Order: sequence, then structure tokens, then C-alpha cells
Amino acid sequence: MAKKKKIEGLVDFAILSMKYKTRLTKKFVNRTQYAAPIPNHVLSYIPGTIQEIYVKEGQKVKAGESLLILEAMKMRNQIAMPHDGKIKSINVGTGDKIPKNHLMIEIE
Amino acid sequence: MSLKKHILDLRKRKEQVQKGGGDKAIEKQVARGKQTARERILALLDKESFTEYDLFVEHEARDFGMDKKQLHGDGVIIGTGTIYGAPICIFAQDFTVEGGSLGLMHARKITKIMDHALKMRVPLIGINDSGGARIQEGVNALAGYGEIFYRNTMASGVIPQISVILGPCAGGAVYSPALTDFVFVVDNISKMFITGPGVIKSVLGEEISMEDLGGARVHAEITGNAHFFSDSEDECFEQIKKLITYIPWSNSKKAKVFPPKPSKFKGNIEDLIPSDPKQPYDVRDVIRAIVDNSDFFEIQELWAANIVIGFGRLNGETVGFVANQPLVLAGVLDCDSSDKAARFIRYCDAFNIPIVTLEDMPGYLPGVDQEHAGVIRHGAKVLYAYSEATVPKVTVILRKAYGGGYIAMNSRHLGADFMFAWPMAEIAVMGPEGAANIIFRKDIEEAEDADAMRALKVQEYKEKFANPYVAAAKGYIDSVIEPNETRKLLLHAIEVSTDKDDHRPDKKHGIPPF
Repeated sequence: MAKKKKIEGLVDFAILSMKYKTRLTKKFVNRTQYAAPIPNHVLSYIPGTIQEIYVKEGQKVKAGESLLILEAMKMRNQIAMPHDGKIKSINVGTGDKIPKNHLMIEIE
Repeated sequence: MSLKKHILDLRKRKEQVQKGGGDKAIEKQVARGKQTARERILALLDKESFTEYDLFVEHEARDFGMDKKQLHGDGVIIGTGTIYGAPICIFAQDFTVEGGSLGLMHARKITKIMDHALKMRVPLIGINDSGGARIQEGVNALAGYGEIFYRNTMASGVIPQISVILGPCAGGAVYSPALTDFVFVVDNISKMFITGPGVIKSVLGEEISMEDLGGARVHAEITGNAHFFSDSEDECFEQIKKLITYIPWSNSKKAKVFPPKPSKFKGNIEDLIPSDPKQPYDVRDVIRAIVDNSDFFEIQELWAANIVIGFGRLNGETVGFVANQPLVLAGVLDCDSSDKAARFIRYCDAFNIPIVTLEDMPGYLPGVDQEHAGVIRHGAKVLYAYSEATVPKVTVILRKAYGGGYIAMNSRHLGADFMFAWPMAEIAVMGPEGAANIIFRKDIEEAEDADAMRALKVQEYKEKFANPYVAAAKGYIDSVIEPNETRKLLLHAIEVSTDKDDHRPDKKHGIPPF
């Protein structure tokens, strides 16, 4: 008779309405949780360096106007205002190296 | 010069060049825990089988003082030999010569042995240990890489191509291994990345070590770029030799047939599996219970472990196994496991290796991250690979076969030649709980005791639908079998499909969802 081995490290894992006992992978555990985008947050879409900032906190800006230059891969990328609004805060300074999805500017 | 003198002169020249970058550079190589390029080739090939070509090749670079530099063999060794008698073409970059950097003549040597391998229809093994392009040679170095990639692609699916990463392999250079069939890495020695820690730091300010960025473990566990992981070069060479025994020399041949051996497993296979479909087990135990000598050679063991792939033998003949692994993530299909299975299925199909699929899976993995990562496109690769394959295809449904997973895992509908199911198999559009909740929603809602009604309806659904007989009644399953008959029936299935002749519409090539 084959002896059933005691299996370590099992957790509950739900697929639809069934709950399975299984192990998880590191990749699954470390996956990024989804967060709905916030329209008032201007995030970096690529890692890079802030070259110039054209706006000030408290300033009213129209949609499409240039907020700053994010240089990445030898390209000067214009970051434009997504919609009409007032600049609530600027969280980067000229020369800053920032990662992807970094909160650069908050709008109110 | 007398004849003797000519011979002595040749010996002297050979000896000089065979020292590669010289004693000091060799010392450094050894201090890094690495073998020299020549030692590696000799360790891998059968004793005294190695024959070297292009030993006296020299580079032609003139700029940046290169005209004053002599680089022995231009930093790469090429030749032919055998592994357990199988003919092999091989190249090994020599890190002791100018950091194994790739210049035009270095690349010419590699493409020469690649052309030879393709013409002679023998496997190609490339040992990579190189600092990258030889900057002084400029666009000539880039040309060299491009010509290697082109040949990798031309040889793909014709001869087996094996890449062994025994040092740095960075920038464009990593695309050659990525185009080959199997990539071997060794802990603390292999390093693969497109942009290194230096560039990442200067662009992003992120600090990361080479090991954490692109070390052996990263590629074996996280990226899936590597297929075999080992702790030492010697262990790595043993893995390569073993792989060579399982695969044919080219796509016009079959893998070598070994003397048949029974499985070492004694007992009842069904005892390996819990009857509750929610309880896990290690599907590799089932494979070992089936294959000759219980010898299963697993590929990509550490990556996307929710699916298991690898080679075993049935009656001495190589068979590729694809099996859901309930032990990890309940055996779901997701982006990574789909990629892993699909590529392996295509490998087996290209090289005339029958495929046995062992199915026990609850479906595709739900989640925003999966959907946004393109699980539709990735999952479709499995359907494509199975449908396209013309080698003998056998499926055994062990327990769960729900929904899209049932279709994907080499179902009859995708062209399976033999469909077996164990009697405890649950073939259904979804798990009994989910199905009962939808079909009998009204009954459950209106019942006085909703939970009791749900349990009743789940049971009812289980008995009526979550079994193999509904599918068997339609001929979607050929046989419902006792678990202990599995090996016998698989041997039979493989035996009667030896001369399988199946065709696909003529085309230049398909367009799989890459």
C-alpha cells in the first residue's frame, strides 16, 4: 500500500465557488493588487528624470496644457494636464529620478 | 624544415592557443568557481570525442589598438563530438580571452558550427560566458549577433538547440538562448539580463545586485527563461547528458528507444490521490507510478509549478508529459503555466515525441492581474498547441476537468487520439457547487433551509453530471478505466499510434497567439 504523505504548507484557495487546499507560488503571493485609477493623480507612465516643471501649486490649469517634462530613454516626454483643474500638490522636483507609476502631481 | 619539425611546430602553436587568455586569466576564472571553456566541453562530451575547428582564427579589428592584440581563437571554441554516442555540434565562449566578448570572427566561428549542425542534422549546444559585444568592433559585433539569431530561428524545430549559461550573458546576447529549445543555468554563475544593474541604477536610481536581477534562480523561478537549474557546473552537465538521451537528433528522427522497464511503483495508483477533489496531491507521484523505471525528467520544475512538464519513457520510448499539479495553485491554468505547457507541446510535436496529458484542474485562474496580463491570449496558446500537434496525443482525466480547462487540456475536441478517464473524474462545465448555485438558484432561494437545499442540489448535480459517463455516452471519452490500468493502456495507445499519419492544411505557417 502506498502511504499517503502528509503535505505541508497548504492554504485555502478559492476558484469560483470551490475552495481547494493547495500551495501558493511566490509570484502569486507577490502579485500587485489592482487599484482603480484616480483621475486626480498624475502618475509617471515610464521611469525617468524630471527635467522641467511648468506649473505651481494652487495654479489653475486647462486640460492639455503641459505640466512637466519627464525625460526617459533619451526622450523628452511632455506630461499634459488630463482635465481642467487646480494643482493641489507637486510631489517631484527638477532633477528627480522617479520610478514608473510615481505620483508626480495631484489635482483638485 | 623537416617533417618532424612541422609537426612539432603545429603542436607548439596548438598548445599556445589552447591556453586561451593565459594563466592569469584562467586563475581568475577558477577563482569565480568556473571551469574554463575547454574544460567544460571535455566534461560534457564523451571521452576523447571532441574535435576542434578554427583554432587558429584571428580577429581582423584594427581600430582602438586592437591591431596590437592577439586573441587566441577569438574567444570561442567550436567543434564536434558525441554524448553517449549521439553526435553533437558545440561552441563554448572563452571568458579568459578578452572577457569572451563577441567580435566578427568570434561570431563567424559560432555561425560556422551552427550551419554545420543544421546541415548534418545534429543537436547544437552553446555554452555562453561572455561580457557581450566587443565594443571596439562596433557594428560588426552587432552583425555577428544578428547572424546567430537568424540561424537559431532557421534551426528551430529542425535540430535540438541547447543553451548553457555559465557566466554573464547580457544585452542582445541573451536573445540567442531565448530562441533555443532548452536553457540551462547554474546557481551563482549564470547571469542573464537585457540591461544590467549599472544602467538600471543610472536611469532609475534603483539598486539591485546582478544575482537578484538576472541570476540563475530568478530565471528558473520567476521569468521562466531557464528550463534547468543546478547548483554546480558538473551537475548541469549531467542534466544536459540526460536530456540528450530523451530527444531525437533532428526532426526527421525519433528519440532513441531504450530497453523497456516496468515502473518501480508497487501498490494501487488510486491510493496516491485523495477522493475529495478539493484535496491536493503531487501529480509527479502519479507520473512516476506510470513511467518506465519510475524515471521522470522534469523541465522547468521551479517555474509555473501549477503545471508539470517533462519526459518519461513508456516501453522504452520517449513520451512528453503535461500534467496539472493540484499541489500548486490547485493546478489552475494561468498566463505562465499556459506558456510553459504550450511551448513544450510544440517542442514534442516538432520532434516526434508523443504527448500524454494528465488532467486534474479546476479551470483558469480568476483575477484582475491575470486578465490584464492577457490570460486570454496566453491561455489560447494551449488550445493552439494541442490542436496543431500531429504526434500521438493521449489524455487521462484523473479527477477534475471543468469548463475551459476540460477543452484546453487535450480534449477529444482538439484532436486527442485517446481519451481515458478514471471513474472518479468530474467532467462538467464547472464545479458542482457553482453549477448548482446557478441552475437551482430559485429552488435554493425559495427553500426554507437554503443551505440544506443547496447541499441537496449539489449532490444531485454531482450524481447526474459530475462524472465521466455523460462524456463517455457521447464518445468524448473513449474508455472509463481503473487507475491501475493506466500504464497498460498508455503503452497500448503509444504502440498502436506508432505510424500515426495526420495532416494539417498547407500553409506557410500558422499565427499562434505569441
